Amino acid sequence: MLATAAALAALILGTLAAVATFAGGLGGLGPWDWRAVWFTLWQAVASASLSALLAIPVARALARRRFPGRAVLVILLGAPFILPVIVAIMGLISVFGRTGALNGLVRSVGLPEISIYGWQGVILAHVFFNLPLAVRMILQGWQAIPAERFRLAESLDFAPADLARHLERPMLRAVLPGVWLAIFLVCLTSFTVALALGGGPRATTVELAIYQAFRFDFDLGRAATLGLVQVGLCLAALALASRVTLPSAFGAGLDAGHSPAAPRGWRRAGDAMAIGLAAGFLLWPMAAVTLRGLPRMAALSSDVWAAAGRSVAMALGSAGLTLVVALVLALAMTRAGRARGWIEAAGMLPIVASPLVLGTGLYLILRRWAGPDDLALPVTMAINAVMALPFALRILIPAARVMEMDYGRLAASLDLRGWARLRVLVLPRLSGPLGFAGGLAAALAMGDLGVITLFANDNPTLPLKLYQLMNAYRMEDAAACAVLLMAISFALFWGFDRMGRRA
Amino acid sequence: MLEFRDVSVSLGEFRLSADFAVRPGARVAVIGPSGSGKSTLLSLVAGFLMPDQGVVAWDGRDLGGVAPGKRPVSILFQDQNLFPHLSVAQNVGLGVRPDLRLSAEQTDRVSQAIERVGLSGMEDRRPSALSGGQQSRVALARVLLRARPVLLLDEPFGALGPALKIEMLNLLSEIARESGATVLMVTHDPEDARFFAPETVVVEGGVAHAPTATGPLLDDPPPGLRAYLG
Repeated sequence: MLATAAALAALILGTLAAVATFAGGLGGLGPWDWRAVWFTLWQAVASASLSALLAIPVARALARRRFPGRAVLVILLGAPFILPVIVAIMGLISVFGRTGALNGLVRSVGLPEISIYGWQGVILAHVFFNLPLAVRMILQGWQAIPAERFRLAESLDFAPADLARHLERPMLRAVLPGVWLAIFLVCLTSFTVALALGGGPRATTVELAIYQAFRFDFDLGRAATLGLVQVGLCLAALALASRVTLPSAFGAGLDAGHSPAAPRGWRRAGDAMAIGLAAGFLLWPMAAVTLRGLPRMAALSSDVWAAAGRSVAMALGSAGLTLVVALVLALAMTRAGRARGWIEAAGMLPIVASPLVLGTGLYLILRRWAGPDDLALPVTMAINAVMALPFALRILIPAARVMEMDYGRLAASLDLRGWARLRVLVLPRLSGPLGFAGGLAAALAMGDLGVITLFANDNPTLPLKLYQLMNAYRMEDAAACAVLLMAISFALFWGFDRMGRRA
Repeated sequence: MLEFRDVSVSLGEFRLSADFAVRPGARVAVIGPSGSGKSTLLSLVAGFLMPDQGVVAWDGRDLGGVAPGKRPVSILFQDQNLFPHLSVAQNVGLGVRPDLRLSAEQTDRVSQAIERVGLSGMEDRRPSALSGGQQSRVALARVLLRARPVLLLDEPFGALGPALKIEMLNLLSEIARESGATVLMVTHDPEDARFFAPETVVVEGGVAHAPTATGPLLDDPPPGLRAYLG
């Protein structure tokens, strides 16, 4: 058990060490690179602030209104977590791109076109992904206010302003810093969005700069130095985060029965608008890409299907790897006394290292033995497994703890050990959380367009194939490919989750 | 013979010491105020807790360092005695082989044990489809199969009604008599002690006292026990 944690730490820290020894001094970075650092920071601040601010009215509306379809909408709000980033970008381009519906409208009234490429596109995409998660997190805060408080407020005849002052604002003060920071962290290592919508001197993130240094300039020293800068940014953000509890975006219990007093009048219309706009913002791009892609699905070329096969195999392997390591670590943590802190730290290490930094490091270590094309799939599988680990651990650790508390002694007294314990006790008791974690890991790996871009040209994964189609301006094929990718991602998640529940 | 040789253990502020022996085949009730350390005493024998000093021994052999599952001990807890995802037959079968790879002969023994506790025909049910009394019977069937010389009971029938509890204690008496097991039973009900256990250990004030005859003890309890019994 300790060996697993140690191996994981060695993998990550060893990779970072390879990056560090290869890195030149900070002097090797030009003004272009520092611009990337600056852009990374300010776009993350802007994306996090916008997402959190816009989420407040939507969460409040969802907390105090009951309407048919509300439960479905709340579940859909969790979907962006497993939606492949490149698919969402396709959707956003379909709506906000040059030929999209929005610009059609803008042109028809004679206004200048809006471009989705550049910093505004990067931030738009980040808000698209993080607004729903922010809504869910804030909604949890709203529903954590005991119903009795709202009843008391009603009996004291609170106006909405009083309610806000005494109940809602204190809750928001407690919840918002965590929400903001969680989004900030995600946007800090944003790669795919910047790759597809950003670029250029004014919209390049550090992750994208690593990719460019690696791929275009093949300047491994600069890539490594940028990698260190990225690690530094993550560490600084984590130091900040250690003072705040980060809420989880996929927690259960969003369907508490009580609804706080819902004010009538114009606020009703306001809430309807908030929910309608948010739902439209989320669903329109997805609907647009689906409508565009579905008719072309039958005409997809064989290399798209080959890429799909490659991706599914990689995602399954990656999810399997994540589950094994996460299960070993979670079980170890229920027992190990003093070692527990170290094991947990090892499991959370991936947060420090971004995928492209790890990819660069692994390439530096392995390049003597293998070429980029051989490394592409194994490295992608390993890195995706590692990146899904913190999520899997957050799901498995509490469940393993409950199992140990309820049945640990019974199992010990019956001499249930080793494989028998795994088969008779652990797998059946943890099948639900294992299925959920496996589904998340598989969907994340399926949709990931990150480290694979460093290596592969000839044997792309499905997201990379989609990106290549977009770059070749074969937008109809790209849309069909996006529909396929989205369908497989959701199917993987659904399949794992269902397997876990039925076992 | 089960021996506590100058045993003491402390958990934070809490402390318990014991220095006595229980003769083989004895049936002993363990009573005392809640939080006095009755379950702690059982945990020392079961192996969930190691003494800070002293030795817990069975037949002259120090049990320290022996894993709970390897001890000559079966234990029934207050609850969670069955795995909810396993059938009745599987839960009982765990008493034969924890990995549940049973031979035909072993499967027969499982069926016999289930029959013995009066649950024939319920082999394939899950615990959730059984009443509280039936769940206790399943656990007893497993105890029967494990046939360990020491049986520890941590109020396993506490949640049952009076009539059902008497029924279980009767079944338990039979099983204990047949196997000649030494039984330690934690209870908060003095009537249980009178009914089931000729001897009683009083746990009170941080000390588990040597077993004494149950009847006279309850008729004329020492001051600490008197305060608890009321």
